[in-house]
Amino acid sequence: MLLLLCLLAGCRGDIPFLHSEEEQLQPVQHRHIRGFFLLNEGNMGSNKASLDFFDVGSGKYQRNIYPTRNPGIVKELGDVGNDIAIYGSKLYAVINCSHYVEVMDVHTGRHVGSIDVLNCRYIVFHDGKAYISSYAGPVQIDPNARPGKVVEVDTTSLKITREVVVGYQPEEMVITGGKLYVANSGGYRYPNYDTTVSVVDLRTFAVDHTIDVAINLHRMALDRYGRIYISSRGDYYDVKADVYVVDTKTDRVTRRLDIPASEMCLVGDSLYMTAVEWSYVTQSNTVSYTLYDVGRQEVVTRNFITDGTDRQIKIPYGVAVDPETCDVYVCDAKDYVTPGTLYCFSPAGKLRWKVTTGDIPAHFAFTTVPLEDVGN
Amino acid sequence: MCRQTTMKRAAGRLCVFLVTGTWLLPSARAQSRLDSLQRLDEVVIEAQTPVKEVIPAQRLAGDGLQRLGAHSVADAIRYFSGVQIKDYGGVGGLKTVNIRSMGTNHVGVFYDGIELGNAQNGVVDLGRFSLDNMEAVTLYNGQKSAIFQPAKDFSSAGSIYLQTRTPFFRDDERQHLKATLKGGSFGTVNPALVWDHKLSDRLSTSLSGEYLYTTGRYRFTYRVADSYDTTAVRRNGDVQAVRLEGGLFGSLPRGYWRTKAYFYRSERGYPGAVVKNKFSHEDRQWDMNAFAQGTYKQDFARYSLLLNAKYAYDYLHYLADPNRDAALMYINNHYHQRELYLSAAQRYALTDRWDVSLSADYQMNALNADLVDFVYPRRHTGLVAAATSLRVGRVDLQASVLGTFVTERVKSGSASAEDRHEWTPTAVLAWRLTDEWTARAFYKRIFRMPTLNDLYYTFIGNVSLNPEFTSQYNVGATYARTFSGRWLRRVEAQADAYYNEVEDKIVAMPTSNFFRWTMVNLGKVEIRGIDVAAQADWLLPGGVSLTSRLNYTFQRAQDFTDPDDSYYGGQIPYIPRNSGSATLQANWRRWEANYSFIYTGERYSSRANIPANYVLPWYTSDFSVARNIPLHRGTLKCTLEVNNLFNQQYEVVMSYPMPGTNVKAIVQYAF
Repeated sequence: MLLLLCLLAGCRGDIPFLHSEEEQLQPVQHRHIRGFFLLNEGNMGSNKASLDFFDVGSGKYQRNIYPTRNPGIVKELGDVGNDIAIYGSKLYAVINCSHYVEVMDVHTGRHVGSIDVLNCRYIVFHDGKAYISSYAGPVQIDPNARPGKVVEVDTTSLKITREVVVGYQPEEMVITGGKLYVANSGGYRYPNYDTTVSVVDLRTFAVDHTIDVAINLHRMALDRYGRIYISSRGDYYDVKADVYVVDTKTDRVTRRLDIPASEMCLVGDSLYMTAVEWSYVTQSNTVSYTLYDVGRQEVVTRNFITDGTDRQIKIPYGVAVDPETCDVYVCDAKDYVTPGTLYCFSPAGKLRWKVTTGDIPAHFAFTTVPLEDVGN
Repeated sequence: MCRQTTMKRAAGRLCVFLVTGTWLLPSARAQSRLDSLQRLDEVVIEAQTPVKEVIPAQRLAGDGLQRLGAHSVADAIRYFSGVQIKDYGGVGGLKTVNIRSMGTNHVGVFYDGIELGNAQNGVVDLGRFSLDNMEAVTLYNGQKSAIFQPAKDFSSAGSIYLQTRTPFFRDDERQHLKATLKGGSFGTVNPALVWDHKLSDRLSTSLSGEYLYTTGRYRFTYRVADSYDTTAVRRNGDVQAVRLEGGLFGSLPRGYWRTKAYFYRSERGYPGAVVKNKFSHEDRQWDMNAFAQGTYKQDFARYSLLLNAKYAYDYLHYLADPNRDAALMYINNHYHQRELYLSAAQRYALTDRWDVSLSADYQMNALNADLVDFVYPRRHTGLVAAATSLRVGRVDLQASVLGTFVTERVKSGSASAEDRHEWTPTAVLAWRLTDEWTARAFYKRIFRMPTLNDLYYTFIGNVSLNPEFTSQYNVGATYARTFSGRWLRRVEAQADAYYNEVEDKIVAMPTSNFFRWTMVNLGKVEIRGIDVAAQADWLLPGGVSLTSRLNYTFQRAQDFTDPDDSYYGGQIPYIPRNSGSATLQANWRRWEANYSFIYTGERYSSRANIPANYVLPWYTSDFSVARNIPLHRGTLKCTLEVNNLFNQQYEVVMSYPMPGTNVKAIVQYAF
């Protein structure tokens, strides 16, 4: 009777708290690197962006560390984690569909502040300032021609200091020689994609000029020779995905690599690129894992996974390379609605281990400080 | 809310049968002689031999339907076994139905005997269909257990028939009027009017109109154990809708004809997902749905003919305007759909126990939209069904085969899907073991075509898609008994166990990046389930009559797409293993009371059945009380409803919070 009354009265309990989970993996000794944060995007509308941490020294992998370390934060990390980076003692997570950047203490993973930026995408840093790209520039008379912007944030006060209007749907950025290079995609404007890189003078915070590259630009990587590798997503029909090289001495396109790249990671002279391309002929995705040497300017291998593990990976998503050991990390996002898998490969491309992540594992930030243990 | 008055006058026996919300329909033999558009006088005859359906069916009708405290058809369907409703919350939120976990696209929804189409995305929003002029809502697994029906009626894995009221007049009556005003929580105002008029002995009309306004605002709370507790107000769930409907009903010697015109227009907000830092949305939608349809049925000596025709136009305008919400990217799309449907069904009685039927349908669907690179698809569908029913001793047998022929055209220069020809069978068997017990079984194989969005939507569409097939195997039993004892008057019960397979399931698959998905035939789902429904009618001392209903569903619906997947065999999203409902309806003199309870067990929002995807069970209690007051020539009825009595905070779909306690007051005058 009591049970029935309880049932009718709806005393069902609260939504269960999601504790972090732990797994033991193979430790690898490092000199400076202590581990990395992995941001899982989570599918749109699911509010399932989550943060994992791998301690390289102990081999301890912790899944979903944010709620445990921030139990009072409403609706956890948010909807669609799009970028993560460390600057100074702070960890920044760009949460695209929650329209904000979460700022945490890099030692503890605890919330220290947040920056509201509508439709924010990526973050880079320079000289005490953070630069965040955003799709949501000023609304024009023609609402279909709404440019994006980059906001400048003071990393001490976490206040927005300046804004600059750039191209359509800006994505990744790099900074060199006092200039901010922004890859504009125009991804919402099919078939009129943007084709430009906006070059912003950081002193005046105005667009100095634009470089015409290719349609639907996305990733950017800057090598030590002053060249920027920029991925073009193509139009998914006739125009193939490719990578273009811009020389920042002349701000001109100097090369086209003829390599598709959905993801890019540059360490030293090694540029790791993965790509997924859908074929209507075979009704399946074709996946490629290219390693390109930016010094010698040639392809090293078309498949940097050498032990056949690539056949297990459905959708390679995030790619990262350990700057010390040159171990290669590849994320498998699978079908986007179930937890992904993180694969760790030796520099020779042999599988070391794999581990289950959150949904859509994607973005990495290596840290040189240990993450305080708070239990689960 | 109530529409008991004319019904009660119709016939005492009928009232017991229909008004209490009986879901078991007449015998197979008799059923095969009738079509879905049963006229009241025919139903009266049926009510004298209340036996069982040969195929699992559930029905809510008349007063029993009206007293559930339901806003819409979708709310009523929650009381059926083996059904999941996806409800995005509030009066205006999308509500779709999934029968036995085979997917929303496998459900055929029929309005007065003709299917409501949506070739664009294959989904009918049942939240938009009011119960105000609804006579009955019937759900069939497989297909309606009649062989004399349009070919279209054989073409879904599960079907829901919405039957609006048919005018009924006693000898001295010339018109009926029913005026209703509902109002309550969420700033809801909902006036409605139905006017039935008898023009002659053979001709009558029914006109009805309804207006609905709601702000769609309600408080919701997220409370996480040992963590946060936050309350906010649901916004942008406002709806403004108008429905106008007119019918012309003619009776003929041994036949009838009827026509109907339907018009619906609405403006609504998209309440959207509640995610961190984004609790409200500003995108909006405008709809217009209009159709005209007609039916003609004629019985000759051993031959019967049924003709149906329909023309429908649907308009949808979606607007996401950054001027209203700076977070939005601009989207402003208009969709226009047209549908033409023609059907001829005929039946011939070879002997008293053996019928054969043949029906042929043609349907044309056209979709226009102002999307970039849109291909303007046109789909022509031909359907041919041959069926037979046979009665041997205490055994009823039915068999049918459906041929489907689909051809598509798109604007020149683009690729269209290849022509399709498919033949799919159904077999039904029922065995009357005793006067009380009947055993039954059916097998059905059917498919759904890829929707026009699946095939042609810019970027996402894939013209190489195959149809998505389902196979159903069902065994069950029914029991019905009338008692002459003191309290318990009648018991009816049915239980079915089933195994379903969905093959070549059409799912969205990610390709080169987050922005780019495509549709592929990838999924395989196996569903094992049990549906139980029971009803008892009571007559208690002091003149209290009671009707009690219980429904229970167990389902194991597992994804068996990829054996290498870590979550192979996981329960598919949003399907609870256990769910059920209970209702108790009491009448005493001029008072009526209703209590309904709905339970949906724990579920997962993904086939990865892990804590991160766990969705709490939910259960709500709704209560209503009403009093009938004779006034002038008719009856004034006042009703007060309290829904979600214990203010449970719950979600049916992740990130779409549902309303807590809400109230409704209804005043209705009918004569």
